[in-house]
Amino acid sequence: MSTRSNIEIVTRPHVDNFINWSADKPEVLVLSADLTNSCEVGKWRDTYPDRFFSMGMAEQNMLSFAAGLAREGFEPWLHTFAVFLYRRPLDQLQMSVAYPNLKVRLVGFLPGITTPGGVTHQAIDDVAVMRTIPNMTIVETGDATEVESVVDVAHAVDGPVYVRMLRGEVPRLFPADEPMQFNRARVLSLGGDALDAPAELVVLTSGILTEEALRAIPALRSAGVSVSHLHVSTLKPFTDPTIVTALRSATAGVITMENHLTTGGLGSAVAEVMAENSIATPLHRMGLRDTYAHGASQPYLLAEYHLDALSLVRVAENVLDRPLGVSASDLTKVRVAATHSNAKVEAL
Amino acid sequence: MAFSASPTAEQIAQGIRQRVLAHVLANNGGYLSQACSSAELLASLYGNVLNLASTDGPLHPADFDAVPGPEAPRISGGIFHGEPGPDLDRLIISPAHYALVVYAALIEARRLDEAALDQFNKDGSTVEMIGAEHSPGFETTTGSLAQALSTAGGIALGRRLKGETGRTFVFMSDGEFQEGQTWEAIQALAFYGLDSVRVVVDVNRAQCDGPMDSVMNIEPLATKIKAFGASADSVDGHNIAALTHALERPTGRPHFVLAYTDPVRGVPLMNERRPVLHYLRFTGHDERAKYEEFYEALVSTESVSSSGGQA
Repeated sequence: MSTRSNIEIVTRPHVDNFINWSADKPEVLVLSADLTNSCEVGKWRDTYPDRFFSMGMAEQNMLSFAAGLAREGFEPWLHTFAVFLYRRPLDQLQMSVAYPNLKVRLVGFLPGITTPGGVTHQAIDDVAVMRTIPNMTIVETGDATEVESVVDVAHAVDGPVYVRMLRGEVPRLFPADEPMQFNRARVLSLGGDALDAPAELVVLTSGILTEEALRAIPALRSAGVSVSHLHVSTLKPFTDPTIVTALRSATAGVITMENHLTTGGLGSAVAEVMAENSIATPLHRMGLRDTYAHGASQPYLLAEYHLDALSLVRVAENVLDRPLGVSASDLTKVRVAATHSNAKVEAL
Repeated sequence: MAFSASPTAEQIAQGIRQRVLAHVLANNGGYLSQACSSAELLASLYGNVLNLASTDGPLHPADFDAVPGPEAPRISGGIFHGEPGPDLDRLIISPAHYALVVYAALIEARRLDEAALDQFNKDGSTVEMIGAEHSPGFETTTGSLAQALSTAGGIALGRRLKGETGRTFVFMSDGEFQEGQTWEAIQALAFYGLDSVRVVVDVNRAQCDGPMDSVMNIEPLATKIKAFGASADSVDGHNIAALTHALERPTGRPHFVLAYTDPVRGVPLMNERRPVLHYLRFTGHDERAKYEEFYEALVSTESVSSSGGQA
């Protein structure tokens, strides 16, 4: 009973959306560190050449330089690969930008295993690091609608914001007229007739793994599992009452799925909320388990690290302690996203 | 000490050295060598070069309120430099451990209440030992060294985008040229032609572990800076006229004034502590007594001298 996915694929949603959005915001600047086209702001540069600043491969300087611009009332939007925003220039990020709570926007591309660029390019610990930074806000995009609307969410925050950004061919999972809401999870399915009604499983997913979960949830339901599924886009702060309500409703267990280490990210945040709210339900965190990844395609890595739709089914069986009789052919088909898509300017 | 209507740079320099020495004596330690090396440098800035709005007399520092955050707006120690203006200069201080020297300079320039030093390194005070952006004279938080030059670059670029004509000065220490970020900043300042950025460096060739040439060489500094596309003047860092001229000299490029200084200038007693001069903590009563004696002599000399110039 394989279901054909009717998901729309949007090519480079950030490119024109960000240009149009910036038109009436002269305070918005873009800083780039030699990855301008790779981060889909080449056309932005050509549209607003007076507001674009190439900083070269010098991220420490770029972070502190952005702080100076923000202090003068500008809103710098730094575009580079995520690893080069928090790993290499972490002290500059903390001392120049985060401590003074400056309105610097850190748009980080290639979150987790979305790139075949290997360990140097894969931001697998960014959420964990950023969650420890006071004043920092963290949002993650999971589809084209969120890529388009995250700019409004970030723009409204009085302080630094880190965005886990998607590029290239991005699925539209959520209606274009239902933008990302700050600190509010999307309820994608309910196990009962309301969010606070008992559900055997509560699944919380973020980023690209929401698409994987969406492939598995119909099969779980067909197998008789009552499951609520929430998509989480705001990872810091993590104070959404919707999430607490959903967690309380779980009768058999809670499963988190994140394109990140299981330490410090969504799974850890959920564990903290469960502990602080005395929610005594088993929690299974799906993610990279104390390991770096390597260069390979996204589907390959999702399967290797047990982060794909079928892995969610297996974890659900484990949590429920019963076989569900679901096989790969029962899952909603994976969309065809070429590893070496022409929607990306390079093979990374 | 009785001031004339407007203190000269020479008076400011002498006052900095004397005030910091008195403070170190009273507190059994402190960053004294930094005052000895940079007194004329800060005096040239505050006394001769900087075009700043005046303050409403010497200001009293606020108590520490809260770290910046969504509910807590930033408090800037820049208020001691007067109200900012598009045609006015700014001064960004990079080596935050020079805080005591900066506070002394602000007091001598009559921008900071001299009672502020009673709050130095006291709990709940903004007059911190390592200055941060709430501390008098500080606009940015630069205790992690070598970030201020980049931030000043962003400030200067932002000011240019807004059509402001004032200059953005940066005070740096020489050890910061061991950090890669400093060179990233210089290449960016040169790339964007930010000639409104004017940097003065206390090249005292002394750092925490000891003499710079035993820790990590940075020379030839002027040659390196010029190769990165900025201009550089090397001057005697105790010669106020030379410092003032070099700081004012338009070059059409981001400009660096390398002030070669003596970290024991004016307090030759400190020669006995070589090679490590970074922080003075008296070894015992005898050493302290020698400094007290020296201070008494300095003050009595000062009281009969009209200029107080060092050289």
